Amino acid sequence: MEKTTLFDKIWDAHVVKSVPAGPDVFFIDKHFIHEVTSPVAFLNLEKRGIGVKNPSRTVATPDHNVPTVDQDKTIKDKLSRMQVERLRENCAKYGIELHDLGSAHHGIVHVIGPELGITQPGMTIVCGDSHTSTHGAFGAIAFGIGTSEVEMVLATQCIMQSKAKKMRITIDGVAGPGVTSKDLILYVIAQISAAGATGYFVEYAGSAIRSLSMEARMTVCNMSIEMGARGGLIAPDETTFEYLKGKDYAPKGEDWDKAVAHWKTLKTDDGAVFDKEYHFDAADIEPMITYGTNPGMGIKVKGNIPTTEGMEGSNKTSYLKSLAYMGFEPGEAIKGKKVDFVFVGSCTNGRIEDIRSVAEYVKGHKKADNITAWIVPGSREVEKMAHEEGLVKILEEAGFELRQPGCSACLAMNDDKIPSGKYAVSTSNRNFEGRQGPGARTMLASPLTVAAVAIAGEICDPREVFQN
Amino acid sequence: MAYDKFTVLTSTAVPLPTDNVDTDQIIPARFLKATEREGFGDNLFRDWRYDVEGNPKKDFVLNDPTYSGKILVSGRNFGSGSSREHAVWALYDYGFRCVVSSFFADIFKNNCLNIGVLPVTVSPEFSDKLMETITANPAATITVDIPAQKITLDSTGESESFDINEYKKDNMQNGFDDIDYLLSMSDEIDAFAADK
Repeated sequence: MEKTTLFDKIWDAHVVKSVPAGPDVFFIDKHFIHEVTSPVAFLNLEKRGIGVKNPSRTVATPDHNVPTVDQDKTIKDKLSRMQVERLRENCAKYGIELHDLGSAHHGIVHVIGPELGITQPGMTIVCGDSHTSTHGAFGAIAFGIGTSEVEMVLATQCIMQSKAKKMRITIDGVAGPGVTSKDLILYVIAQISAAGATGYFVEYAGSAIRSLSMEARMTVCNMSIEMGARGGLIAPDETTFEYLKGKDYAPKGEDWDKAVAHWKTLKTDDGAVFDKEYHFDAADIEPMITYGTNPGMGIKVKGNIPTTEGMEGSNKTSYLKSLAYMGFEPGEAIKGKKVDFVFVGSCTNGRIEDIRSVAEYVKGHKKADNITAWIVPGSREVEKMAHEEGLVKILEEAGFELRQPGCSACLAMNDDKIPSGKYAVSTSNRNFEGRQGPGARTMLASPLTVAAVAIAGEICDPREVFQN
Repeated sequence: MAYDKFTVLTSTAVPLPTDNVDTDQIIPARFLKATEREGFGDNLFRDWRYDVEGNPKKDFVLNDPTYSGKILVSGRNFGSGSSREHAVWALYDYGFRCVVSSFFADIFKNNCLNIGVLPVTVSPEFSDKLMETITANPAATITVDIPAQKITLDSTGESESFDINEYKKDNMQNGFDDIDYLLSMSDEIDAFAADK
């Protein structure tokens, strides 16, 4: 029998038809929508005079542009309000499940999907958002799509898609203390570059991946897109089943047993061939931080910004442009750089384990005076747990400001903007120019590093901060 | 929605010799709040094009009247990051019908083809050649020929062939989109979905 990968197994089971010399007609099990990339898709359905083919396969929540204060009041920003209202109207009109602002399960779409157990192994999942790759942590094929494709899924439950090439990234070994899954993925992206996995779908494997919790796996898969990959996935195992068991939308009783029996078959066969393979040793990985304007520009927090040696042409020009934006010089150390803001949140690191790790770290300490510290839970459920576990109290005593759930300062569509020229160390996923506000300078790091930076007021190694 | 037919395009081109142009630069997130597809061109490359007061930045190529055209020639890894189709809507709305680079991000490329903007991937050498020529000679034209799958620098006749699958090629030439195709397959999809 032919040896196949996990990606092949799920992909091939969802191909309705392969168009000769063209893409596959690809069936979508679950479709998430939000307020920003769906309105034009609904508008076009109306123009064509067609409806939503299977509303029960789509789930909606407003997350990208929503304010993170006063969510019980009318949204002040007119355009944001219109987008959220349009989402409500469209969901009501077509009978789509909506987790609205203020409801028990409102939150970032990639946080609530797993939290509710909607995301399950073996599924195909899409959303008009590139961080849909997050759901790959469950052994699903999950990826971001454009609005035309959102329209296709609404209208037909399918998209036209060419099968990606296959890459496996194996991380074996044991990471040292203070090294989180965020450091693993920032390290991988720095190694293979922000475009290194373009054209590929990635499977993460190896003992260092296996030992991660589901939330930590989500952080890894979330950032697959930051190396250009269409998505990333991890074969489901006992950790996955344990996480899903009892969740609202997970199968129950006999259906559960049947589902688990199927999920256990979802793995890459020994001897299956990938188009590209990388191997890394977790023991080589240290706390990481980015210094430039794409997520591939990452170094150890105790490292130096690379020099331009060996660079030429547009490569060098682009590199210097990036450093100029950040206000950094080639060759200098990143440690000790002053920081103005820290942001804990987003679909990358806005889950309860992230908030726990920050709270545990800052407990009994105060943030530095020069730091404004925002903590934005990924969902209402995360917010609720943070209160119940006493984390909010710890964080507030440390000087962090807790806000309400949403994408927030990750992309600064709402008022949560880092001012021009200011430095933010963020647990989010992108350090592009202006990503956190026009002129904002973003450095990406783990929740642990962000916690340490908040206390120290400057870039520091989370393993050293409390040693003095 | 079905879009303009695209067969052969001859145009001057705009050079943007920057690598890793992400979709946050093409259209910053704060301009994604519209509920319709039109009008994004005004904010194309907003933060590279205008300062915080809204004044045009003289050194940015879109503010340089020397350069114009329906083709954008860019550096490597164009369109990375966010899946926002608004980035392509902004390019289209501004007047671009074709983007040339030695390397495109996946989702961006799909989004382009879905609304009728042609992404043409060329070799790094040909990309450099095009960039140098159009930068030095703003009147130089480039011809992009979909039926022949060929891109030509008209002043010298140098050309390269480019990839596009037959299905998308047919769509571009006829102005069809994927939904037209998918709707025509409705029965097959229903039969498939019955077991899911």
